[in-house]
Formats: sequence, structure tokens, C-alpha cells
Amino acid sequence: MRTVAVVGASLAGLSAARSLRSQGFDGQLVVIGEEPHRPYDRPPLSKEFLAGKIGEADLALEQDGEDLAAEWLFDTRATGLDRERRAVRLADGREVRADGIVIATGAAARTLPGADGLAGVHTLRTLDDARALRDDLALGGRLVVIGGGFIGAEVASTAYALGLDVTIVEAAQTPLAGPLGEAMGRIVSALHEDHGVRLLCGVGVKGLSGETRVSAVLLDDGRVVPADTVVVGVGARPCVEWLEGSGVALDDGVKCGADGHTSLAGVVAVGDCASWYDPRVGVHRRVEHWTGARERPDAAVATLLSWGAAEPGVLRPPYFWSDQYGVKVQFAGHAAGADSVTIEEGTPEDRDVLAVYRRAGRPAAVLGMNRPRLFTRWRKQLAAPPS
Amino acid sequence: MIPACRLADLPRGEAHRLDIDPPVTVFHTDDGEVFAIDDTCTHQDASLADGWLEGCEVECPLHASKFDLRTGAVDAPPAKLPVRTHEVVVQDGMIYVELSTDAPNLPPCIAARLAGGPV
Ligand SMILES: Cc1cc2nc3c(=O)[nH]c(=O)nc-3n(C[C@H](O)[C@H](O)[C@H](O)COP(=O)(O)OP(=O)(O)OC[C@H]3O[C@@H](n4cnc5c(N)ncnc54)[C@H](O)[C@@H]3O)c2cc1C
Repeated sequence: MRTVAVVGASLAGLSAARSLRSQGFDGQLVVIGEEPHRPYDRPPLSKEFLAGKIGEADLALEQDGEDLAAEWLFDTRATGLDRERRAVRLADGREVRADGIVIATGAAARTLPGADGLAGVHTLRTLDDARALRDDLALGGRLVVIGGGFIGAEVASTAYALGLDVTIVEAAQTPLAGPLGEAMGRIVSALHEDHGVRLLCGVGVKGLSGETRVSAVLLDDGRVVPADTVVVGVGARPCVEWLEGSGVALDDGVKCGADGHTSLAGVVAVGDCASWYDPRVGVHRRVEHWTGARERPDAAVATLLSWGAAEPGVLRPPYFWSDQYGVKVQFAGHAAGADSVTIEEGTPEDRDVLAVYRRAGRPAAVLGMNRPRLFTRWRKQLAAPPS
Repeated sequence: MIPACRLADLPRGEAHRLDIDPPVTVFHTDDGEVFAIDDTCTHQDASLADGWLEGCEVECPLHASKFDLRTGAVDAPPAKLPVRTHEVVVQDGMIYVELSTDAPNLPPCIAARLAGGPV
């Protein structure tokens, strides 16, 4: 393999570039990224960065002086992949020919139809989004967060700490029921009400009102929630439109094997855009967590450089964390399919809990709130091969 | 030198935190080696004693930064600065730590607290 193109210059793309070099690839390496920025870290965008506790320099993912001998094309969008020519087409008409291609285009925030054009309405995915939201939060007043998922919850928590009046509107009866299950979703989302943040559940959003700037969120049941700023946190969609018709199989992201291979030889996919087969649960699953985007490129690059001959290693179960109201929430494994959840330590009322999800008696997932030590023990146990 | 704990009381794969300021943790690896490093992750306030110990590496329990216990070097981001290492001496079954005189690399919020600034 002489040339590798990495498409997407964020955590998964940078991790792939690092893995390529550390696994001995010494050919030409081109990294293509749509954003104008060098790779930066997204988790702080809803937390410390939004709170003004850290600055932009702190977000850099590269080490000082790190040099991967790569050609970085920033501000450059890939618009297609040509399997015959083995080339990535760019928006400016150029193309990058490569023997190997790593797809790492991540995900983009979903929006609400009809929310365009009103000032004060935000999504949060990029540094530019975070700068704009931070400026609006600095105005104070009333914030309405649409969507009680992790990003919505973290924005609510940060805005609460900044002194705003915060309301969350969530369509489901229980926020976070998808990733955490009903019982634990209820316990974690109770953090909002503990802090006087209003949580309106089981109600959809009909629209937004306002002339040039948003003034209220209109709910399906007729209620009107006044707002100075609105954050739409209704999930993310994989950025894979550019691959349509390329021959790369897509199904909620790039469909990949347990080693990152796609339907085309010499093309692998990693990070939030990729739906890897997970042998633990027997299905393809798109994992939108930091740790997956950091770790899986190691395996995908081994696949790429060996033309698929490398033995896929055993991946650790998916892991993520979230910080809300000073509570460290950690989760590993798969909640879906668990038939029981038990609290092993702590008490839900104190928001200090270690809960274990089991399926047919075997641990399938673990949730911790402010329990890092015990959580790590359980996480290790989940990762251990079944004995 | 500070006495940490008895070697016999620290099984392999375990960590023992010394509550000094800044805290230091002693790790006993699966291979039977003993290392001491600053306990606080250089990225954000998290205790490495709670982390995932594998070989000569510890992974931060929160954000998965990895540090080499032998050198303190960052093996995986988001941390960018190495963690400070300390010399370990095992004498008559007792683990002692000789604290480094280098400046520690503490995360921004802790560094501010130690400097007496706002948190
Ligand atoms: C606000 C926020 C908070 C988060 N907090 C946490 C947390 O606490 N814990 C956790 O585990 N995870 C968290 N995450 C998730 C984590 O950040 C992601 O899992 C991670 O960023 C995924 O990395 P990635 O490189 O796959 O994708 P991304 O980071 O989305 O990067 C993809 C890159 O590809 C670029 N791109 C897209 N299309 C193209 C194209 N056609 N051509 C060229 N470039 C393209 C994009 O511009 C982007 O720069 C958070 C995410 C956000 C947004």
C-alpha cells in the first residue's frame, strides 16, 4: 500500500492516522477534513468549554510538536468515492487517489424542520456551534433544550451552572431510556429536577415562534414555553451521503465487519459514521462514543494494511461517560436486551449508584454515578472473555 | 521516603492511593512490578488509582487517557502532558515512595486550586 486517504479529520481520523504510522505504514498519508480546524475534542463542547472553564487551545487533540508526516487538507469536503479509480473526489473538483481509504466522517447534529433562520436556535456538534451557543448563553435568560439525551442534558447542566433558567422538553416518557433503560434513565434524568431544571416529558414540539429571534417553543399539547435561546439536541445522523452510489454498503452509517472492513476491499470505516458488527450481541451497531472512535481505528488500520488478513482482536464493550451537575455518569456494555437491573452499591436518592444489567444472569452492562473505582472493576469484568 | 503500604497488602493488579497533596498512587502490576505516579490525571480531575491497569499502563477511569507507569508518558489522548513518576523502593516487605522534586503536571482546575486561585 503506497497511499492512504483518511476522510474526516477528527478523533477517529486522527486516531487512524496515528495507527497507520505506528503500524509501520510509511507511504503517503492524506487526511481530508471539512472543518477549517485541526482535530479537536468534542466532549468539552457541552461541558468545560461551554462553561468557559477551558479555552480553544485546550481542545487540541494533537500533542505539541506531533508530526505524522501527513498532508492535511482542511476546509475540504469529500463529495464522492470512485471505486474504479480508487479516488476520493473533493468539493473543489480535485481528487485524491489512494490504495487504501479510511472513512471517518463522523456524524452531524439532527435539526428540527422549520427551525432554520431564527436567531437563538442552536445545535451542538462543532467548535463553531459551541462558540455561538456560548455567546448566547452569556446573555442569560431562559434556555429551552429540546431533547433530553446526553448532549441536551449536559447543555442543561452547564447552563444551569451559568445561572440560566432551564427547561428540557423530551418526547419520550423517560429521557435516556434508549441507552440506559427505563429505570436507570429515570434515575439519571432526576438530576435535572434535583437542580430545579424543569423536565417536560412525553410531549413533542410543534414548532418555534419568534420574529427574527426565537421567543418560545410550542408544544404538541398546546403549551407555550418562553425561550431566549433554544438548543435542539435530537441526536445525530451519520455523515455518509457522500458515499451514496459508491458501492460502499450503507445501513445507518457505513456497514462494517467486526474488524472495520466495508463492502469494498481496501476501504475501512471508523468512528461515529461506522456501524460495526458486534459479535457480543450479534448485530451491527453504530456506536457514537469517544472511546470507540479512539480505539477502533487500531483494528481497522490492521485490517486495511493486511488486506483483511489480520485476525480481528476482541473489542472492549462500548463505553461512554457524561458529566452532569457535577455527577460523573459512566456506562459500559449494552442495555438493550438486559432482563434485569440491580443496584449493587449506593442509593439512587443520593445519585450515587452502581447498577449492573444482566441478561440471563450474565452481566451485560454497568452504570455508575460517581463510582469510578467500582465501575472500572465491572467494566473490566464485562470485557473479560466468557469463562 | 514515604512509607506507602506493605507489599503483601497490595495484590497484583491493584493500586494504593496516598492521600498527600497532590496525591500519589502506587501500582502493583500483574507482572509483579511496583510503580508510583501522581494520582491525578493530567487531563482532568480523575484518580488514576481508580483506573484500568493493564501491563505497564494505566488508563484513566473517565476519559481513557493512558499513561506508561515506567516513564509517565502519555500513550493515548485526551491527555497531552505526562504524569509525574516517583521512585519506589521495597525494603523488608514495605513499599516506600521517594517523591520526585519535579513540578507535577496537574489538570487546569487542580493547578488553580493549589495555586490558591478560584476553582
Ligand atoms: C457536544 C458533544 C459532547 C460529547 N460528549 C461525549 C462524552 O461525554 N462522552 C463520549 O463518550 N462521547 C461524547 N461525544 C461523542 C464524541 O465526541 C464522538 O463519538 C466523537 O467525536 C466521534 O469522532 P469521529 O471522528 O468519529 O466523528 P466526528 O468527531 O463527528 O468527526 C467527523 C469529522 O469529519 C468531517 N466530515 C464530515 N463529512 C465530511 C466529508 N464529506 N468530507 C470531509 N470531512 C467530513 C466533519 O466535519 C468532522 O470534523 C460528544 C459529542 C458532542 C458533539
